[in-house]
Amino acid sequence: MERVPVLKIGEILLVSIQIDMEDQVALQLQEDLAERIVATGVRGVIIDISALDIVDSFVGRTLATIASVSRVLDAETVVVGMRPAVAITLVELGLSLPGIRTALNVDLGIAMLARQDEDIDLLGDEDDTDQVAEPTP
Amino acid sequence: MNDDVQRLPVVTDQDVVRVRQLVRTVAVAVKLSLVDQTKLVTAASELARNTLVYGGGGEAEVSRVHNDRRAGIRIVFADQGPGIADLDLALTDGYTTGGGLGLGLSGARRLVDEFEIDTEPGKGTTITVVKWCR
Repeated sequence: MERVPVLKIGEILLVSIQIDMEDQVALQLQEDLAERIVATGVRGVIIDISALDIVDSFVGRTLATIASVSRVLDAETVVVGMRPAVAITLVELGLSLPGIRTALNVDLGIAMLARQDEDIDLLGDEDDTDQVAEPTP
Repeated sequence: MNDDVQRLPVVTDQDVVRVRQLVRTVAVAVKLSLVDQTKLVTAASELARNTLVYGGGGEAEVSRVHNDRRAGIRIVFADQGPGIADLDLALTDGYTTGGGLGLGLSGARRLVDEFEIDTEPGKGTTITVVKWCR
């Protein structure tokens, strides 16, 4: 079975779904993400679906579950890159993805996560104000 | 009148992916618009999953169809599963017996131009959908 890779970049987990997922692959991703959130302590998850040419009710439900589970684990999820035809189809299907935050692309998704969690430097840039001063020898 | 009939088994998760890919290929070949391709592939994904999960597996048949005015695609999903006892209920948004969202059947119907269900308890279910080029 294929597996969708989960990348840690700064204080974000980034998932870019590049394959037409079997249902089991989507469920595996849900588990992998929950484990990685706990293992890394990140506060934000970005799921890039720009390569997906459809999102059916199963994948939609999986995205909603991922968002809920990460929220319980103190991380916010943003789904980015949805194609226009996918958005039209999802709404007509009856799936409005309540509880899922969306952004048009990865950059805007990172900005969204950064705004809601301004104390945390999501990309891990050095920032003097956040550093604990090392005692000088 | 139809030609190019292609059949696929729907017995595993992987088969659902294959049905999506075949429908996509044929939808492109008959020149459905991008939005209509997306709607049809999504509907096919919902119905193929139903065939697998509720029908216990079955078959999908994809064919190009045309009348005197338009070209289109017909997909038939057939299983020999338990059938659907209450069709009206099964077509209600949000109704599910399988722990899903209850949008598969009702949602798929909204995404296609023609939608027909032939079902009998104990005998199985056959669902036929057609999407026409605009």
